[in-house]
Amino acid sequence: MKQMKIFAAPYLVWMVVFILVPLLMVAYFALTNDEGRFTIQYVSDVGQYANIFVRSIWLALIATVICLIMAYPLAFILSRMDKHKQGTMLLIVMLPMWMNFLLRTYAWMTLLGNNGIINYLFGLVGLGPFKLINTSGAVVLGMVYNYLPFMILPLYSVMVKIDKSVLEAATDLGCNFWNTLFRVIIPLSVPGITSGITMVFVPAISTFIISRMLGGGSNLLIGDLIEMQFLGNAYNPHLGAAISLVLMVIILLIMTVMNQFSPDDQVLI
Amino acid sequence: MKKLAHLYLVLVMLFLYVPIFVLIVFSFNETKSRSVFSGFTLDWYERLFHNEIIISSLVNTIIIAVLTSIISTILGTLAAIGINSMRKVPKAVVMNITNMPIINPEIVTGVSLMLLFVFFAARMNLEFGFVTLLLAHITFDVPYVILNIMPKFKQMDPHLYEAAQDLGCSPFQAFKKVILPEIMPGIVSGFLIAFTYSLDDFVISYFTSGSTSQTLPITIYSMTRRKISPEINALSTLIFLVVVIVLIVKHLIETRTAKKNGTYKGA
Repeated sequence: MKQMKIFAAPYLVWMVVFILVPLLMVAYFALTNDEGRFTIQYVSDVGQYANIFVRSIWLALIATVICLIMAYPLAFILSRMDKHKQGTMLLIVMLPMWMNFLLRTYAWMTLLGNNGIINYLFGLVGLGPFKLINTSGAVVLGMVYNYLPFMILPLYSVMVKIDKSVLEAATDLGCNFWNTLFRVIIPLSVPGITSGITMVFVPAISTFIISRMLGGGSNLLIGDLIEMQFLGNAYNPHLGAAISLVLMVIILLIMTVMNQFSPDDQVLI
Repeated sequence: MKKLAHLYLVLVMLFLYVPIFVLIVFSFNETKSRSVFSGFTLDWYERLFHNEIIISSLVNTIIIAVLTSIISTILGTLAAIGINSMRKVPKAVVMNITNMPIINPEIVTGVSLMLLFVFFAARMNLEFGFVTLLLAHITFDVPYVILNIMPKFKQMDPHLYEAAQDLGCSPFQAFKKVILPEIMPGIVSGFLIAFTYSLDDFVISYFTSGSTSQTLPITIYSMTRRKISPEINALSTLIFLVVVIVLIVKHLIETRTAKKNGTYKGA
């Protein structure tokens, strides 16, 4: 089959031109100025936006933890259902994810708005109106709503492989519910947990739509910052590239940490 | 315990579906209010169908998705066949680079392609629009096609191909009769994933589209930036309906073939 290597040639050219070169251009723009001279000016300028980085990491972290707490029991319940029910239930859980995420986020925009239905219902019982939209809470809610399925799926796919008899054995050997959970189920689902965390955290930390639609102007995230440098008023591709570079490094670090926890290369993407 | 589990399921379902159902209900609302339902109307749907921007961006999205998925499937299938016969180290290098658009945040992929296209635009006769969108979509889709096909090679006995040639097949016949049927499921699922991702993409399109060629997600985005327009609700309802129908049909087909084969793996 050796002679078949040649078939990869068109893709290899494509890969170099459209994957490798663009990423190198990000690095090049981050490390040069308008005259094309080497500078670390822009990378060090990223430090000025430390507060935005901290906010992004913090909000993405909260959203990831909420997703994990919400998805874990759900994935377990799904994995213990009758086999023929599982498929249908999984379909129902994943269905909203097939709607465009702008529309899903828009749905919360109308729900949380000052004239939205939640404040209207509060008004009926004489409460509010509360400021729900344009808060960091709304941004976290948007992240959880959009990325919850990314947590459910990897968790479900490891849990469905846990044999019923393993759980029964734990009970027979004297484990109560909590013991079984912490000593059997959780250790066995570690690969699902780590890939779920990366699959929620990465899009959450780099989003700019959710923060813009639900966070108003006051909850800028890294994604907004990058977008502003390329398409916004603050046009400065060098700074934008530098921020992108730092974001890539942060994500690479997190993925390295996550990979430490799953021994074999079981990355479920 | 069982009741608790059911209650929990119901609560999560409510969280997932209530926002969508509110959108659907208010797509039939007479006024622009987002909280009070004042009367039934189909006006928003009618306006939607007369909105030329939406219709043209829908057509554009479909054309791009069809072209992207066909080109990515061909490019990706050839690539997977080639990569599979590479030696260990070059194979690992290529696969690592192929993984990059999947691992990297979409915004970074979008920005990096934008920088590339700006560079080309300044030197060649390249304009931001249909072509750049197509190039960008193929770029983020091909890795998914490759990743869907590669595992099929692992499941296949590598000697089958040689056996076919020993039995008198030309290399091309052996490829067509032995390898292709084995990797076909991967090609089909790769094609479908490429098609859906292209339809659904916003972030990368946002950075690579320019102002002349819009896709539906970009149009939706600019609609949400302007004042409230229940046309979006109507559009959401229709998209939701399409999604429901497609997924139910897919589910039924899968259940039926699974029953035929005597195995059932779920969705």
